[in-house]
Amino acid sequence: MSYQHYFQTEHDQIRQITRRFVEREMMPFVDAWEEAGSFPRELYQKAAKVGILGMGYPEALGGTPGDLFMQIAVWEELMRPGSGGLSAGLGSLHIALPPILALGSPEQQEQFIRPVLAGERIAALAVTEPGGGSDVAGLATTAVLQNDHYIVNGSKTFITSGCRADLVTTAVRTGGPGSHGISLLVIEADTPGFSRSQPLKKMGWWASDTAQLFFDDCGVPAGNLIGAENMGFYAIMGNFQKERLQMSIVANMTAELALTACLDYVQQREAFGRPIAGFQVMRHKLVDMATELEVSREFTYRVAAKMNDGVDQVKEVSMAKLFATKMCDMVTYEAVQIFGGYGYMREYLVERLYRDSRILSIGGGTTEIMKEIVAKRIF
Amino acid sequence: MKVVVCTKQTPSTTAVFSVNNGAVSWEDSGGKPNVVNPWDEYAVEEAIRVKENHGASQAIALTMGTPDSQEALKTCLAMGCDEAILVSDPSFAGSDTLGTARILAAALEKIDGAKVVIFGKQAIDGDTGLTPVQVARKLGWTPVTYVSAIKEIKGHTITLERLLEDGKETVTTDLPVVISVVKEINEPRYPSFMGIRKANRATIPTWSAADLNISGGVGAGASQADWSHVYAIPAREGSVEIIEGDSVEEKVAALVDKLFEEKVI
Ligand SMILES: Cc1cc2nc3c(=O)[nH]c(=O)nc-3n(C[C@H](O)[C@H](O)[C@H](O)COP(=O)(O)OP(=O)(O)OC[C@H]3O[C@@H](n4cnc5c(N)ncnc54)[C@H](O)[C@@H]3O)c2cc1C
Ligand SMILES: Cc1cc2nc3c(=O)[nH]c(=O)nc-3n(C[C@H](O)[C@H](O)[C@H](O)COP(=O)(O)OP(=O)(O)OC[C@H]3O[C@@H](n4cnc5c(N)ncnc54)[C@H](O)[C@@H]3O)c2cc1C
Repeated sequence: MSYQHYFQTEHDQIRQITRRFVEREMMPFVDAWEEAGSFPRELYQKAAKVGILGMGYPEALGGTPGDLFMQIAVWEELMRPGSGGLSAGLGSLHIALPPILALGSPEQQEQFIRPVLAGERIAALAVTEPGGGSDVAGLATTAVLQNDHYIVNGSKTFITSGCRADLVTTAVRTGGPGSHGISLLVIEADTPGFSRSQPLKKMGWWASDTAQLFFDDCGVPAGNLIGAENMGFYAIMGNFQKERLQMSIVANMTAELALTACLDYVQQREAFGRPIAGFQVMRHKLVDMATELEVSREFTYRVAAKMNDGVDQVKEVSMAKLFATKMCDMVTYEAVQIFGGYGYMREYLVERLYRDSRILSIGGGTTEIMKEIVAKRIF
Repeated sequence: MKVVVCTKQTPSTTAVFSVNNGAVSWEDSGGKPNVVNPWDEYAVEEAIRVKENHGASQAIALTMGTPDSQEALKTCLAMGCDEAILVSDPSFAGSDTLGTARILAAALEKIDGAKVVIFGKQAIDGDTGLTPVQVARKLGWTPVTYVSAIKEIKGHTITLERLLEDGKETVTTDLPVVISVVKEINEPRYPSFMGIRKANRATIPTWSAADLNISGGVGAGASQADWSHVYAIPAREGSVEIIEGDSVEEKVAALVDKLFEEKVI
C-alpha cells in the first residue's frame, strides 16, 4: 500500500448499512423534522437496533466495539441528509456518555450507558452556563453534599437534546473556585428541582432541541458522581477532544454536501446564454472550495488516525476544528452565492447548510478558544 | 425444528444491465455489487421470526452459488441467522432451475430437523420463480407460494396466509413445508453492526457435490433450458411536451384537449 487507507472492508460495510438506514429512515422526513424543530423519539430506538448509537462502545454495554474510523464512517453517513441538527440531536450521547465510560463504576455504566445505547433513554451534556461557556473553570452551578445527596443549584444553557434528555451529564462546582473545584454529576430528568425551558429558537440546527436547564435545590444521589470529586475539569477537557474531532467531520461533510450541490447546479443554471459553469470566475471559486475541503478532510483523517493510535493530538485536533469550521463557513457562504436567489430559499439544501455551519465554530469550544489551546502549544 | 431460508446472491437493485452479443453484463455505481436477492430479505426476516416467535431451534441460511456468494450469506448472519451453508462445486455451474432444485433439495435433506424452508418470491435476475416449487417436488414436501403470513406452527401442522390477486387464503398443511413469501409478509430488519462484525469472523461451511452425493443431473450439461437468444428490449419511443398557458385553467383545458386528441380519455 503506497498510502494510508483509513477505511477497510468492514468500515465500508458499516458505512453501507448506515447509508441504507439513513436513506430509508431519515432522508424522506428530514425537511419535515427541520420545520417541526424535532424528530421522533423512536428514531433513537431504530438507530439503536442497527447499532448506530452504540458504535465504538463495549459489547458488554450493548455497543459494537470499533475503532475511530468505524465511528467516523457512521458520523459521516448520518450527515448525508444535510441536517446538522438531526445529527447533533441523535448524537448527543457521544458527548454525554464518554466521561461515564472513562471514569464511571461498572454499576454506573450499566445504569446510565446501556439504556442510552438501546435508544430507550436520551443523554445530554451540560457544561455551558448563561454566564459563560468558554471559561469552563469559572462555572457557577453549585453542588453541596448533604448526607447522601448533592444539592444542586444553578442553570445550564444551549444544551443539545436538553428538552427531552432523560439524563444529563452535568458539570458542577463541588469545591473552591477554578478548575480544581469541578465535578461531574449525572442528573436524571425526574429529579425534584430539575426543570427546563421551552426549545430555544435558533439560527440553525433546527431539528435538534436545545434548552436551558434549571436546578433548584435539586437533590442528586451522591452515587451519581462520576469519577473523583473535584476532578471533573480534566474529564471535561478529555471529552472535548473527541467532540472537536466530530465537529471537524461534521464541518467537512457539510461542506461536501454544499460543494456537490454546487457542482450540479452550475451545469444546469444558465445566465447570459450559457451554463454558469462556463464563467472562469465560477470555476475558480469551485476549485477553491474543493481544494480547501480536500485539505481539511485529509488533515482531519490524519489527526483521527493518530488519536486512534493513542497519540496526543490536543493541538492538532484544535487546529482541525478551527480549520474545518472556517472552511465550512466559506464553502457554504459561496454555495449560497452560487445558487443566487434560490440559495436564499428554504427549499434549497444550501440555505440550511449555510445556517447550520455557523454553530460549528462556536460549539465544542469557539475558534478563539481553539487558538488559545494551539498558542499554548506552539511557543 | 429448524427453519432454513434459501437465498441467492444477486446484483443489487441499483445495478444497470446491458446485453452485448447475447452476453449479459452489469455495472453498479453503489460499489457493493452482490447482495442478498432483494425478494429474499423478506424470507430471511421471516426465518428469523419463525425462530423468535414459533419456537424453531435454529434459522439457517442456504445458498447454492460461487464462493463469493459467502458475502450474501454473511448478510443473513448479520441479520440474525444462526448458521449459513454454502453449496458450491464447479460441476454445478450452468445449472438450470431443475438442476438448482436438485442441489438445494440434496442439501436440505442433509440438514437434520429442517421442517420449514422459506424462499423469496423470485430472484431479481433469473426471475423464473420456479426454484421453490421444484425443490418441494424433489423433496416430496408441500409447496405453498405467495405466503403473506405464517399464522401458526403447532405440532405437525403449519397455518399460512396466501396473498392472491383477488383476496387472501388461509392454508393449513402438514410439515415439512416449502414456502415462498411475498413482500407484504414483513418489514426486513437491517443487519446489525455487531452482526456484521461477527459474520466477518464466522467460517461458512461449503458443501461440495461429493458431500451431497450428487453425481449427475446438474450443471450446464444437464440443463434442459437453454438461453438461446438474450437481447435487450428496444427502448420505447416517446416524447415530452410541456403544456404552456397563462393560467392553471387554460393549461388544464389544453391538457384535456390533448388527452382527447390522443384518445387517452
Ligand atoms: C446550538 C448549540 C448547541 C450547543 N450544545 C451544547 C451542549 O450540548 N452542551 C454544552 O455544554 N454547551 C453547548 N453549547 C454551548 C457552546 O459550547 C458555547 O456556546 C460555547 O462554548 C461558547 O460559550 P458562550 O456561548 O458562553 O460564549 P462566551 O464564552 O461568552 O464567548 C463569547 C465570545 O468571546 C470569545 N472569547 C471567550 N474567551 C476568550 C478568550 N480567552 N480569548 C479570546 N476570545 C474569547 C469567544 O470566542 C466568543 O467569540 C451549544 C451552543 C449552541 C449554539
Ligand atoms: C453461471 C450460470 C449459468 C446458468 N446457466 C443456465 C442455463 O444454462 N440454463 C438455465 O435455464 N438457467 C441457467 N442459469 C440460471 C439458473 O438456472 C437460475 O439462476 C437458478 O436456477 C435460479 O432460478 P431463478 O434465478 O429464476 O430463481 P427463482 O426461481 O426466481 O428464485 C426463487 C427463489 O429461489 C431462490 N434461489 C434461486 N437460486 C438459488 C440458489 N442457487 N441457492 C439458493 N436459493 C436459490 C431465490 O433466491 C428465490 O428465493 C444459470 C445461472 C448461472 C449463475
